[in-house]
Amino acid sequence: MAPLLEVYRSQPGGLLPLLHAVQQALGYIPPEAIPDIARAMNLSRAEVHGVISFYHDFRAEPAGRHTLQICRAEACQAMGSRDLENHARRSLAIDFGETTADGAVTLEPVYCLGNCACSPSVRIDDCVYARVDPARLDALLAELGD
Amino acid sequence: MRIYVPSDTTAVALGADAVAAAVQAEAQRRGLELVRNGSRGMFAVEPLVEVEVQGLRTAYGPVSAGDVSGLLDALESGADQHALFLGPVADIPWLASQQRLTFARAGEGDPLCLDTYRTLGGFAGLETALQMAPVAVVAAVTDSGLRGRGGAAFPAGIKWQTVLDTPASQKYIVCNADEGDSGTFADRLLLEADPYQLLEGMAIAGVAVGATLGYIYLRSEYPLALRVLQDAISRATAAGYLGDDIRGSGRNFHVEVRLGAGAYICGEETALLESLEGRRGVVRAKPPLPAIEGLFGLPTVVNNVLTLAAVTTVLAQGAPYYRDFGSGRSRGTLTLQLAGNVRQGGLVEIPFGATLREVVDEYAGGTFSGRPMRAIQVGGPLGAYLPEGQWDIPLDYEAFAAAGAMLGHGGVVVFDDTVDMSAQARFAMAFCVEESCGKCTPCRIGAIRGVEVIDKIIAREAPQENTALLQDLCDTMEQGSLCAMGGLTPNPVRSALEYFPEDFV
Ligand SMILES: Cc1cc2nc3c(=O)[nH]c(=O)nc-3n(C[C@H](O)[C@H](O)[C@H](O)COP(=O)(O)O)c2cc1C
Ligand code: SF4
Repeated sequence: MAPLLEVYRSQPGGLLPLLHAVQQALGYIPPEAIPDIARAMNLSRAEVHGVISFYHDFRAEPAGRHTLQICRAEACQAMGSRDLENHARRSLAIDFGETTADGAVTLEPVYCLGNCACSPSVRIDDCVYARVDPARLDALLAELGD
Repeated sequence: MRIYVPSDTTAVALGADAVAAAVQAEAQRRGLELVRNGSRGMFAVEPLVEVEVQGLRTAYGPVSAGDVSGLLDALESGADQHALFLGPVADIPWLASQQRLTFARAGEGDPLCLDTYRTLGGFAGLETALQMAPVAVVAAVTDSGLRGRGGAAFPAGIKWQTVLDTPASQKYIVCNADEGDSGTFADRLLLEADPYQLLEGMAIAGVAVGATLGYIYLRSEYPLALRVLQDAISRATAAGYLGDDIRGSGRNFHVEVRLGAGAYICGEETALLESLEGRRGVVRAKPPLPAIEGLFGLPTVVNNVLTLAAVTTVLAQGAPYYRDFGSGRSRGTLTLQLAGNVRQGGLVEIPFGATLREVVDEYAGGTFSGRPMRAIQVGGPLGAYLPEGQWDIPLDYEAFAAAGAMLGHGGVVVFDDTVDMSAQARFAMAFCVEESCGKCTPCRIGAIRGVEVIDKIIAREAPQENTALLQDLCDTMEQGSLCAMGGLTPNPVRSALEYFPEDFV
């Protein structure tokens, strides 16, 4: 983490880019890193914690090996995303914000992926998929392997 | 022969990368050149493959990877009989009937190729602006009648004038690329298809108001746009269009991209500035206006991607050219995004003034499900749900406002007759619970109460009393909220109640 702190401490408003970089490197923002981040950015620990908890992207614990985001916003609703959500929760046996027991998949809500002309949309890691019905979702998840 | 396969997020989500790989695999043997272009936003036929022979481009779509070999075989013998043949790109009615100013270049070529950009008129606006006095650049923007495309429709020239007139050691241009509204993707499409246009618009803004640093606040849900933008910034800088001493003019303008972190409220300009400063995205009270005390307390232009992009047309072609499109006080072109339950979703850029019905009839091609359309939500999650009786309102800012609706960022989300409008009203409140910045009680607590009350109405608990309570709550949110998040959440709720009362009994 030290090199990251070095890069971002001098950037104006560098806290968000730093948090993104930490999460990119470690997969999450470990609570025990907060004191170092606070010191480097000249902030209180409460301020850093406040920022982490404000933004949906930042997580305080590790995610699964893959992250599945299902769009829950209106354009996808109009194309049946509520069914898709229910299917995903049932078949993965987890709710939003949870990770499957084998650590393979974390399920997250997302409000719009900008793919609204070909809904329902999901994102798996950095790839967006269009027109995803329950069967297609199953196939995409099966392809993930491990 | 040159073959174009888009690299746009939606095209890729529909399989464009596999199509491109299949073309590439045969490119050498067949003597083809593969170009990854941006998308034209005609998503019903993505992946759209374009074949260029002697400058003439012919379209085929939607193409899957499995179609590629057969298509390439057919091309060798003249493929106008091919099942996926759509005709010359320039003649496709869905595109040809649009009035593309901002999206004229989208899909024409490699989004990162500077030569392509220049050949198609790029940087003409910046070159012009560099020859002008700053006050004349601002005057051109004012004369064009351009209003903000992010939602609030504030005149861009007036905002710029305020920043120009406020003396400061440092000023900023902030591009709002947070594009949070469901049903919108125009910013993303532009960033992925024609990123230099935004950079050019930002540089013009910098030159006009005396700002030397710009930030693009991009939502983290757009990983592909991020990669394109970063690449575009380094190439534009290397070519002298950004950085120090732009094109030998002695003016400096630098651009940085900053990522959001999944908070809808950070699209609101003051929350965005807080976020850029490294804090929670809590809305600031106005005044002070960001134009006077914005980023780090200094004068700041905050504009949407499409606003900044439109400025390049204004400078390159002149204010009258831009102003001559449109209707009433809504000048220029409107970028609509057809989304949700439509057969032919995508990007439609037309002059202001057509009606919603005309646009839907001409471009959407009916619902994807084949069922009747029942409701259209225009303007994102804070926009009203319109029943068929309201589809004849002209698409301009004032006409929509008069009908209690808003154009916002141009999202048009279509629902068929299976929609349950009480669930949509509930979602509007639930979304506000999820995304409220928490600063004011009517929004933070009111939305929680809103969900509870709608649940009671749906469960038929004292429906009349609870409906009256819901209306009261909407009044309180409208009157007592600091920003449009709490203030406009009642729009979708009330329109659902008013136009679709049968879904609440
Ligand atoms: C809750 C909320 C969300 C907003 N989201 C966006 C957004 O995602 N993109 C955007 O450009 N403007 C958004 N706006 C509008 C901005 O506050 C601001 O008006 C705009 O960035 C100004 O640029 P413009 O004048 O070019 O439209 C939002 C406003 C509110 C109240
Ligand atoms: S209306 Fe809601 S989002 Fe806007 S300032 Fe108040 S609490 Fe924050």
